[in-house]
Order: sequence, then structure tokens, then C-alpha cells
Amino acid sequence: MEEAQMVEVVKSKEHGGRIRQCTICNQRRAALKRPKTLEQICRECFYGVFEEEIHRVIVDNQLFKPGERIAIGASDSTVLAYVMSELNRRHNYGLDLFLLSVDEGITGYRDDSLETVKRNEIQYGLPLKVVSYKDLYGWTMDEIVKMIGLKNNCTFCGVFRRQALDRGAALLKVDKLVTGHNADDIAETVLLNILRGDIARLSRCTFITTGEDGPIPRCKPFKYTYEKEIMQNLNQQLRMHTLRGWITSPLNVSIYSPNAYRGFAREFIKDLERIRPRAILDIIKSGEDFRIATSTKMPEQGTCERCGYISSQKWCKACVLLEGLNRGLPKLGIGRSRGVNGERNKDVKQCGKKNIESKQCGTLDF
Amino acid sequence: MACNTATCQSGGCYKDTDAEQQHPINEQNPSTNGVAPSEDNNHHPSNLCLKCKTNKSIAATAAAENGGRFCVDCFRGNLFGKFRFAVTSNALISPSDNVLVAFSGGPASRVALQFVHEIQHKAQKNFDASASRDRSLPVFGVGAAFIDESAICPVSSNEFDEALEDMRLIVTNLAPPRKKFHVVPIESVYSSDCCNGRDRLKELLNAVSDVTGREDLLVHLRMLCLQKIALENGYTKLVIGSCTSRIACHILAATVKEESTGSPLAWFMPNESPALEEGKLAERWDSIAVGGDADLEELEKQMDLKAEASRFFLEGRGYSLAADIQYVDARWEIPVVLPLRDCLMQELNVLCMLDSLKTVEVFNGSRVGINGLVTSFVKLLQEENPSRECTIARTAGKLTPFHFNKIPEADDCNDHLAIQRRQKKFNLKPNESLPPESFCPICSSPLNNSFTSVSGCENGHRSPEDFIATCCTSCQFQILPSEPSALGHFCSILPQQIVDQAKDGSCGNQRWLREQIKDCLLSDSEDGT
Repeated sequence: MEEAQMVEVVKSKEHGGRIRQCTICNQRRAALKRPKTLEQICRECFYGVFEEEIHRVIVDNQLFKPGERIAIGASDSTVLAYVMSELNRRHNYGLDLFLLSVDEGITGYRDDSLETVKRNEIQYGLPLKVVSYKDLYGWTMDEIVKMIGLKNNCTFCGVFRRQALDRGAALLKVDKLVTGHNADDIAETVLLNILRGDIARLSRCTFITTGEDGPIPRCKPFKYTYEKEIMQNLNQQLRMHTLRGWITSPLNVSIYSPNAYRGFAREFIKDLERIRPRAILDIIKSGEDFRIATSTKMPEQGTCERCGYISSQKWCKACVLLEGLNRGLPKLGIGRSRGVNGERNKDVKQCGKKNIESKQCGTLDF
Repeated sequence: MACNTATCQSGGCYKDTDAEQQHPINEQNPSTNGVAPSEDNNHHPSNLCLKCKTNKSIAATAAAENGGRFCVDCFRGNLFGKFRFAVTSNALISPSDNVLVAFSGGPASRVALQFVHEIQHKAQKNFDASASRDRSLPVFGVGAAFIDESAICPVSSNEFDEALEDMRLIVTNLAPPRKKFHVVPIESVYSSDCCNGRDRLKELLNAVSDVTGREDLLVHLRMLCLQKIALENGYTKLVIGSCTSRIACHILAATVKEESTGSPLAWFMPNESPALEEGKLAERWDSIAVGGDADLEELEKQMDLKAEASRFFLEGRGYSLAADIQYVDARWEIPVVLPLRDCLMQELNVLCMLDSLKTVEVFNGSRVGINGLVTSFVKLLQEENPSRECTIARTAGKLTPFHFNKIPEADDCNDHLAIQRRQKKFNLKPNESLPPESFCPICSSPLNNSFTSVSGCENGHRSPEDFIATCCTSCQFQILPSEPSALGHFCSILPQQIVDQAKDGSCGNQRWLREQIKDCLLSDSEDGT
């Protein structure tokens, strides 16, 4: 008995003699500090505010309509799959949810994710479709990196991924695509666009829904959710064995990302978050508030001559990049064009027979 | 426009890899970057000046990337050319002006002073040389002002006196024409009848708990001080030496400091989460499995109310950024002009070194908090790509400026000048159909929401809550204390100009509103409520 009492005393001394209470419910003991607000809260309240905030974002921005078919594009994001299906159930959104996964063909990175995705499918009963770069384009990321080296990988992967999601979504006949872009991602993008001088993208990158006039609109319900909180949510669930036996890579980071320019912005934002956590949201808000003239030259929307995908140029970026890969010209499509786009196409068409073309989208209604 | 087109390789990230690729090629094919091939190119391919192709270029140091392509004369000419182009194409300085140059002793303001002197000197020579009947246009006057911040940042009196002497000498040597040198302590933002200005200032700054907020408040006070000097000494323009590099840092810092409460973000703040009744939360979680969501409704209702209430709050920096980075900032009584806007800090440093322009560092200029982080970030980016600062400035340069970002139209007649000033102060323009721009009284950033709190300004008593409502949310967060008692005290020790600006701003809006709806008002008497 005495021993137990000693332990009690020691414990309470560690806490300064006072046990920290959750600042929301004032009942349970605080289990963690909220990254966004630095509040000390208990686990249950953490789930509560986390989910409620996302629900508010969905409602306030009118992201969905009842009866819509929604593809969850970041299907290896357990948290997104869980939140979407949970909120759909709890608040009766009436949505038809699907999982859409992209296999980039990066050894060691995607293998784990695909396992997770398959478990998501089982856990939440959400139908799953996997589209791979190999099927769509004839190249895996590993093969691409072997060809182009370690610079500009993200350009290839990003462009291909975007099209892959759209094509996969079209195959599933969904109305909208949901991606797991979080507050950190969007803040990084705002900064990147300032640094790179891309005023057109700067005006669009904070939109919660994009592509409404395109093939498949996409929305980002995690727009105001901190990456750290998503990780904490996942962490908490793992500790509670809610996700028993699941494999999760600690941070879903591609092995090729350290060389990307985005890394500069990411490091800066990490440092910023340490000084002032709400700065991440501030960057997003600044991005929304920038006074950008609507007459600013925006690219005109057309379709790609080669594959029919949406494009502001004669050929979509994926086709241009593929052309480069197939011809052994890794820099094609990277950097500013030297001549008119048409000039390049002329050369291409003359020796086009040997190329592995990306699949024609004849059956897909873009 | 924002950068030297001959050497700048800006164009965003896309150019990065190209630039790297090109460098090895340069030796064989110099025409791609503009260096003219010549006979002795085989020995020293990049030793000749880009422009005149006769003189040797400045030995390229690690930092003087731009300097490395030009010879001394062409470099100086190029830099001065940027300054002069900014001044002439934006009418920054006109012959009837009396120009005050903010002189901190640092390289940027040193070059600003030097260049302003050079155009004044030239104007004076032309004036002297022309016949008396041709002397229609006067020569503008120039003065220099130094803000003494020793109240906040103590320096040893020896160091200080020496530095001051150096600066006085610099200004004296920039003659003819003679220039006055004003040395003003920063505590003079408090009126002269206030005897303990120094203590009040220290108290004010100590009341700000956020380091970034404190630094920013000091910047605003500096500007107030300069405005005061300019007004009291009959100056008509204020020149500050903000260069591209400084502007790039400001752009990023402003982007990260935005805060708004007019969106779902409102309820993310600590201690403002809706309080649920005891025990209900636990029940709620248990009931989820069963399907009872009554408490969630309660939670939602509270959040709805909060969002509703916060919809009338004001927004800050991202909206106002364009105002701070143009050539002209005419929000102030004395318009502020930025003639060095297109010059890089390293160019200015190189010029100071080449021409032996003496610079003096009096107060420790290193920045802390967010400003410090941004400064080191931009430095890192600039090292990685020397055109980064240009690109950042150019991107933000595409944001829509405000109506006050151009020199206000004024006749040379002095009568009209007074009228102009009053019009500007009250934001009354006869043909404006939009509500007048209102500004944050602390940082002067234009506010996005025209429906500021219009509580009674007639009776002259303003509560601290009224005052907060007139401030931008960025200042509300990082400068104003959150504790109500501390806030009240803070408001009481603010300089009078800031308090007046809050009063004038909201009065102006109320007046405008009344003007709009006067046809529908039943009685002529002032609304007492």
C-alpha cells in the first residue's frame, strides 16, 4: 500500500502536483497538445474537434450533394478514408464512396501503401480501383528516374498522377474526386507559386474545389487540417489498436522527394509552425485574399490532340513528357519552351511510329 | 522591370535546371548569355563588360553576381539608371517638392541619399546655367532624417556620437545644394508636451508579448516618426530606401502573417471552443454507435453562432500586401516613395564598396521571430538562385495595387495642397461610389471589410473594444494584448496619432454610410444611439 502511495506521490510531483485536464471537456486527462492551437486535450475531444472541423468545412463550402458518387483519391490515406466514411454515415451526406489508388511503380514506397489500401477496402467496405503508371503510360517511376536522374522527378510523377486519377475516376464514373491535400500542402503551394512567379496558379491554388469546368471536379476537405493533426489522429488510432495489424509508413514520403524544390518551402513552413502554429492557416488565408486581377492572363482551355485530355496547349503535359521519355529526351517538357509548341509536334509526328503512345481516351468521355 | 533584364535569369523554377545546364556550355557558346565573342575570348571568356565590351568587368565575388558582368562605370550607370527610371516614370519627385530621405546609415538608404543628391545637383546645375527668364521650374529641396532608437536599443554613447558625427559629415559633404540633417528620437511619436515619452514607449513595446509583433510595431512607429518630421519641417515627399531584397522579405512575411476571423477559421482559436456540458461528451461518443447525435447538433449550433458573429470581422495582410510594395504609397499625409524598388541589396552593397560610400550601422539590425526566419529563408533561396528575389517581387508586383499607390494629382498651387491633404485624410472623394478605404490605425493596412464597427464616435469616448474592432486582425493577434485589463492599459499608452486614426477612420465610414442612405432617413437630427 505504501509503495503504491509513493508511486502516486512521485507521479503527481512529476506533473507539478496537478494533473492537466482537457481544456474542452474539463473531465478527462489531457493526452496530447493540439498542433493547430496548442490546446491540451484528451483523445476523445481530439477526435471530436478534428472530425467536426472537417464536417464544418464540407458543409460551409458545400462540397457535396446527396447521391453523388465520390472517389477518394488518396486511398492510402487511412485518415481520409476513415473520416469520409464516418462523416458520410454520421451526418447522412448520402454519398456513394469509392477508393481510387494510383500505383506509381516506386519500389518500397507503394508496396506498403497498396497493402494499406486493400485493408481500407475491407475495413470500410469501399470498392477499390487501382490504376498504375505502367498500364497508363508504359513507364513506372523507377524506370523514369533511371532515365532522367534525380532532378525533376516530381514534375513527371505529379503530371502523370493527376491524369491517372482523372482517368481512374472516369472509369469508375464518379461525380467528384476527393484528395487528401492538407493545410501544409496548400500553404507550401502558395509559397511555391510566389517563389516561382506563377500568378495564374497562385490565384487558383487555394480553391477548395477545382476543375468544376473540367472532366472531374476535385475537392480538398482537409484544406484547413494540419498534417501534424492527421498524423496524430493516425497515431492515436494505432495506439488504441483501432487499426489492429495495419501497416503504416510513418510519413508517406516518396523516396524521390528530398531533391524537390518544394522541400525548401516545406522546411520553412516547419520552422514557421514552431514559432507560430497558426501561420499555416494564415498563409492559406493570404493566398485567398491576394488581389489578383481577373483579367490576368489565364490559359485557355482546350484538349490534347494526342489523347483528348484537358490541356491549354496543343499537347497535354503528360503527352509531352512521355514523348520526351520515349525519344530519350528527358528535358522535353521541362523548362521554358524554346520554340512554338507546334514546331516540336511537327518533328514528333514524323517519327511517331516507334513510340509507345499513352492509351487513347477514346472510350473515356472527356 | 523589377530586375536587370540582361543578367536576370528569372522565370521561375523552370529555368533552374536550364541555367545549370547552360553554364558548362557558356564557355563554348557565349552568345547565349550575351557576352560578345571576341578574339581574346579564348583566354578570358567572361572578363569583358557585358555592356560596353571594352572595360574589364568587376572581379566576380561570390555575392556580386550581377557586378561580375559589368565594368565599374556600366554597373554604376545601370544601377543609377534604374533609380532614375523609377523616379521619372512614376513622377516620384517633382521640381516643387521638398524631399526628405530616411537615412538609417545602412547601404540602401546611403545609396538613396546619394542618388537623390545627384539628381538634385544636376537640377541645380541646369538651373544655374539657364538664363533667368527660363527659370520656370525650381530645384527640389532635399533633407535627411535619422531616427534615434537608443531608447529601445541602447548603444554606448561614444559609439553613438561617433556614428552620428559620421552621418552628419556624409550629409554635409553632399552639397551643394545644402541639406538639412534631422536627428529625431523615436519617442517623439508622443507629443512634446508628454514628458515621459521615452518611458511610455518602452512600456508600450513591453506590453507586446509576441516578438514579431513588437518588431512590426516598431516599424510602424518609425514611419509615424518620419511622417511627423516631414510634416513639421515642410517636406512634401518621403524617400525610403526599400530595395527588391527587402521587399521580397516583406512579401513572404506578409503572406505568413495573415489572420482572419471571418471564416470557419474563427473557431480554431484556443479557449473559444464551444463548451459542452459535463458528461455529455462521453455520452455522445457512446451514442454514436447507437446513432444518437443530439450533442453534435448542439456543437454545430454553437459553431454556427460563432461563424455568424465572426463574419463581420476584418481581414488583413494578403489583401493589403499590394499596398506596401509599389513605387508610391500615398496613404500617408506625406506620400512615401520607393525609388530603389528595382535594385537588389547586393547591388547596393557593391556600389557602396566601389564608390567608397560610407555606411554606418548604429543599431543592431538583426531581426527576430518570423521576420528573422523569412530573412534567412530568402537569403538561402537567393544563394540557390540569384534571381529569386526578383521573381518574388515581380509576382507580388502583379497583385492589383490600390488607388493610393500613385502620386495624388495636385496642382502646384499651395492652396490645393491643403485641400488634397484633408481629402486624403478623410478619404472623401466626390465621385467615389465605393465606400472609402479604411485603414488599420496601427499598421495602416487597407481593410477588406467596409463595415467596420460604427459605434458612437461623436461622444468621443472609445472603449478598447471599439478600438480593437478598427484594427486589422493581424495586429489584433500579434500586437494587441489579449487580456482585457492589459488591453485597456495598452490603448491608453498608444501615441495620439494612432488613436486619432482609429476615430477618424470609423467616423469617415459612418459619414459615408449616412450619406448613402440620407434620402431614406426620416429625421435630420443625428442618431443618438
